[in-house]
Formats: sequence, structure tokens, C-alpha cells
Amino acid sequence: MTASAHVTAGALAPRESRLVPRLLIGLALLLTAVFVVVPMVYIFHRAFAAGWSVFAANIAEPGTLHAIWLTALVAVITVPVNVGFGIAAAWALARFRFPGRKALLVLIEIPFSISPIIAGICYLLLYGRQGLLGPWLLAHDVQILFALPGIVLVTMFVTSPFVVREVLPLMEAQGSEQEQAAVTLGASGWQIFRRVTLPNIRWALLYGAVLCGARAVGEFGGVSVVSGSIRGQTNTLPLQIDLLFNDLNIVGAFAAASTLTLIALVVLVLKAVMESRRG
Amino acid sequence: MTMSIAHLTRRFGATEVLRGIDLAVDKGELVALLGPSGSGKTTLLKIIAGLDWPDAGALTVDGEDWLAKRAQDRRIGFVFQHYALFPHMKVRDNIAFGLTVLPKAERPAPKQIAARVGELLHFLQIAPLGDRYPAELSGGQRQRVALGRALAVDPRILLLDEPFGALDAQVRRDLRRWLRGVHDAAGTTTIFVTHDQEEAFELADRVVVMGAGRIEQIGRPDEIYDHPATPFVARFLGLTVELPVTLRAGRAEAPGLDPSALPRRAMADGPATLFLRPTEITPVPDTTGPWRVAEAVSTGALLRLGLEGPADCRIEVEVPRRAGRGLTEGQTVRLRPEAGQIFPRQSNSDGASAPAAKPLSSVKESSL
Ligand SMILES: Nc1ncnc2c1ncn2[C@@H]1O[C@H](COP(=O)(O)OP(=O)(O)O)[C@@H](O)[C@H]1O
Ligand SMILES: [Mg+2]
Repeated sequence: MTASAHVTAGALAPRESRLVPRLLIGLALLLTAVFVVVPMVYIFHRAFAAGWSVFAANIAEPGTLHAIWLTALVAVITVPVNVGFGIAAAWALARFRFPGRKALLVLIEIPFSISPIIAGICYLLLYGRQGLLGPWLLAHDVQILFALPGIVLVTMFVTSPFVVREVLPLMEAQGSEQEQAAVTLGASGWQIFRRVTLPNIRWALLYGAVLCGARAVGEFGGVSVVSGSIRGQTNTLPLQIDLLFNDLNIVGAFAAASTLTLIALVVLVLKAVMESRRG
Repeated sequence: MTMSIAHLTRRFGATEVLRGIDLAVDKGELVALLGPSGSGKTTLLKIIAGLDWPDAGALTVDGEDWLAKRAQDRRIGFVFQHYALFPHMKVRDNIAFGLTVLPKAERPAPKQIAARVGELLHFLQIAPLGDRYPAELSGGQRQRVALGRALAVDPRILLLDEPFGALDAQVRRDLRRWLRGVHDAAGTTTIFVTHDQEEAFELADRVVVMGAGRIEQIGRPDEIYDHPATPFVARFLGLTVELPVTLRAGRAEAPGLDPSALPRRAMADGPATLFLRPTEITPVPDTTGPWRVAEAVSTGALLRLGLEGPADCRIEVEVPRRAGRGLTEGQTVRLRPEAGQIFPRQSNSDGASAPAAKPLSSVKESSL
């Protein structure tokens, strides 16, 4: 994200000055291999250990298939909502000075700083049978907990800061002069947004959306509290992996895990591409 | 189009940025708002554009109340100090922007828009640049594009905020003449902001000098140059030498001052301050003179002298180096002003315009 200073000594630099950087680089590579690469390769190794057909059968298992579908659904709902929220919040915070602005800046970051499981418990206490809104919801036959709405709400909470965090600094840095220029040229609010504001933030926005999507797919702690882990109904992919693992269905667990890992890798590539586009 | 501004005030929190602006601009005029930075020029320009709103006062154009109109509906052209071009659009699309956002019913056909853009590119002498992006242009070229974008909508009034502020000296001078040409050829009414007096005087039909939220003087360039109306304008125009004098029968008198070159003024007797440019005063060596050369520094062509006089006064003057042979440090002199402006010295009540009661100095910061 930030430009880093590359310090590369010329060929005539004294030898010992190259030793320390090499040591540090070597250490970084080693640690990355031990902590990141090896476990990831191992996931795929275990998933495919018994061959393609066993892997496919495990993925096609109805519980896992449903978990994949549910996870995708949650992401498809969460990401657009948070993109909308992110744009609105970033715009308000970047373009206006209003009472409570500082507080809003802090509040927006809260989902990053508290454990997702706390978010889950809060929702449980709010919407649960014994919760604040529970009786009312029950009376009106609205199911939030242990159903899709609860999972989506918790996921939205956990992933809400991603877009704002990417877009806000950019909008602040660019200032509002281009938008003012558009105003003087007669553009309406919507025209300004679509033709001036949006093109300026599009890469940051996409980047934030990708991060948001990755987190939505991978969220475990908060969702596990509100989903109830009902097999074939409210199990998202991470929950399903946990379940299979506890059932000692190791191949099944690794097959599901490899799917999730694959999604993460795709996101990583997207992220890298976008970072280069954002410059 | 005639614009009239009356008693306009604007406050940001506790600071009054505009304190009662009255100004009328006629059709086809090219007016410069000249003043030091922070004097409220941009704020005034933004209020005219509809990008900011006053706390009190009136703004009418051809009798229409513009304060009741949104910026979008005023049809003005605004050129920002840093151009504010749209970086993701080609030059062509930047210029076309104002036409493409018109309501469907008024919007020209794409062919007509393209033709108008082509015309403007040609008019602004940037015809080969139409397909470049703003990032691929020099500062001067960006400035031209910004002006093209503003002119495309055929604005009723063109507003430019420090249009040459970010350019180097040579480009500035070229663009100045070019802008005058564009203004004359396009027949618009133009107001531009600058803190550079040379720019204002060379370019404008009329100059409005602003200081601390007030209009200090309005006039033709030569008028203002020859007859600054207030001490503020005098200092701003480089009359940085301030001498305390006493007016008697229209003549400025002070110990060691030879006022024979100054015309008599029709002013009341009393304490006053004589303002002049550092080059408009000649120190004449005189063993009984009350002024003493405290410092003499050569700048090549000129000799810059620090003079100390009665009552702890210190002034800085400049003489051609050849003429200043006898003026070495320690030499006592008389002063012979060749020109200058005299303003009555008020008692301390008018602190803003008459700090002449305190020991004199050449007020550097006000000359900008
Ligand atoms: N949005 C704002 N909020 C608070 N103060 C402002 C704002 N805009 C301008 N000012 C203040 O108003 C004064 C005049 O500003 P400006 O009109 O930009 O002056 P100029 O263009 O002559 O340099 C400055 O002191 C500036 O700090
Ligand atoms: Mg300004």
C-alpha cells in the first residue's frame, strides 16, 4: 500500500553489510514456509490423498454442498450491502464535518477490534428467545437466530469496516474539488457520483469488496454462535469443516477445507491484481 | 450580464472572512481580485459560483437573485487553482463534461458536442492533446484544458482562482497574454483571483484590492498604482518605506527631510505618514543629517541601505550602486523623497491601517 524505500547497496559495498539483510530475508522465507505454505500444501495433499473420486464424493455430500451454497449466498448478500454502506459512510465522513463525526470514525472500526464471537453473543442476547427483541420476533413469527438472517447480520457486522477503510483515505486525499468542478458544470448529484466520484474510487472500492468477501466466506466465530449449526440448513463452510472434523471424517473435512482455501487463493490473486491497478 | 454584490459577509466560526463586500461588474469586463493570501478572495469567488454561501448580503445577476439559485443553475465557468480535471477522462471528455450532463432535452447530439470540443481545442491551441489524459499534460496545458472545460458550457461569467499560481514564471507570462486574448475573443465576463500585482495590473480592466475581508480599493491598474487609496494598498503595492511626517500647508515636514520633489497636497495639517517605494528616496550625504547609514549591502545593481534616524526609526532604501559611492556605513545623510503617498496618521484606534506610530521598518510581509 505505502511506497517503501528499497535499499540495495552497490556492488562495492563492504561484504558484512549484506550479511544481515540476507539473514533476515532467509528467516522471513523460512517462517513463511513453515507457518503458511506447508499447512496449505498439506490441506490439498490430505484432501486428494485418496484420489479425485473420493474428493469429489466428499464435496458432493449434501451437507457440504449445502454449506458451500449457503456460504456463497451469505457473501452475495453481505458484500453489496457493505459496499453500499461503505460508500455512504466514506462519503459522509470525507465530505462533511458534523457533530459526532469523530465518534463515527471510531465506531466504524469496532468490528475489527472486538472478537467476532462477542458480536455473535450480542446478537444472541438481542434476538434470542430470552433477548430484548426475542418475544416480539416470536410473536410476529420472524426467525433471525439459527437461520439465514442471523448469519447474514453477524457476517455484515464483522465485515462492515473493509470498504470504508479502503475508500475513506482515498476520498480524503482527493478532496472535493473535482466534485465542485462538476457542480459548476451543471451536473446533478447522481451524475457527479457516477461520473466523477465512483471512477476515482473504483479500485479501492473493488479491493475493499474483495477483502469483505474473503472475510464473509471465512467467518467462523461469530457465525457459529448464531447459526446453531443445523446440518444441511445453517452450516456455512467453515462450520461444516469444524463439524466434519469433530465427526472424525478427516477426508471430508480436508476436502471442504481445500475448497475454502481455493477461494482464499483466488481472492489473493484478485487482491494482488487490484493492488497493482491501484498503483 | 451585470453582476452586483452588496454588503456580503461570510463568517467561519468566529473569524469574519468577508466583512461587507460591495462590488459591481459589467458585461465583458475582466476584473482582478488582488490581495494577500487569506484576504478572502477565494471565498468571494466561491460565493459567486454557488459553492459557498454568505451569512448576509445580496448577489444579483441581471436583476436575478443568485443566492436563490443552485450552483448547477447559474451557468458559470469555474477554473480551480489546481485545475481539478477529471483524471479518468481524456482531455476531450473533460471539456465535453458540461455538455454531456445537460438534461436530455437541452443536450446537443454527440456529433455537435464533438464538434464544439474540437472547436475549443483549436481555440485554446491544444488541438493535438484531445486524446491524452490529464496526467500526461504539463501544468500550462492542464490550465488550458481546465479553461476549455469551463468555456464549453458558454458560461455567463468566468471565474478563475489563481489561474497561474502553480506555473513557472515564463509559462505564467505567456498564459497571461493568452488569457486576455481568450477573454476578448470569447466575449465573456471574467473575474480572476491573484496575489500577484503584476499579473493583476497587466491583465485586468479593473483591479479590486482586497485586504482582510474588505475591499480596500477598486480602480484601473494605473490609477491604483499611482494613487493607492489606503495605507494597506500602499504597503501591498510595495511602498514599504514609512516615514512619520507632519503636514503643514500641504507639505510633509520632518527633520532631515527635503520635501521639495513632492507635490503639495490638499490635506489638513497634522501628523501623517509618508509611504514610498525603497527606490523612490535618495539619501544625500550631509554631515549634519539626522539619518545614519547603519548597513550597506550590494545586490549587484543596487545598494540596499539600512538607515537609522530620529526616534529609533529604521528604514530600508535602495539606490543604484553607482550613485551610492559615498554612502558607506556610518555616513550621516538627509533624505530626499522623489514620490510617495501621504496618509493622515490616526491615533492608535486604527491599528490595522496605521502602525506608523511604532518605530518604522520596511514591512516585508505585506509586500508579498
Ligand atoms: N471552509 C473554511 N473553514 C474555515 N475557514 C476557512 C474556510 N475557507 C476559508 N477559510 C478561512 O478564510 C480566510 C480566507 O480564505 P480564502 O478565501 O481562501 O483567502 P484567499 O483566497 O484570499 O487566500 C482564511 O483565513 C481561511 O483560513
Ligand atoms: Mg485563495
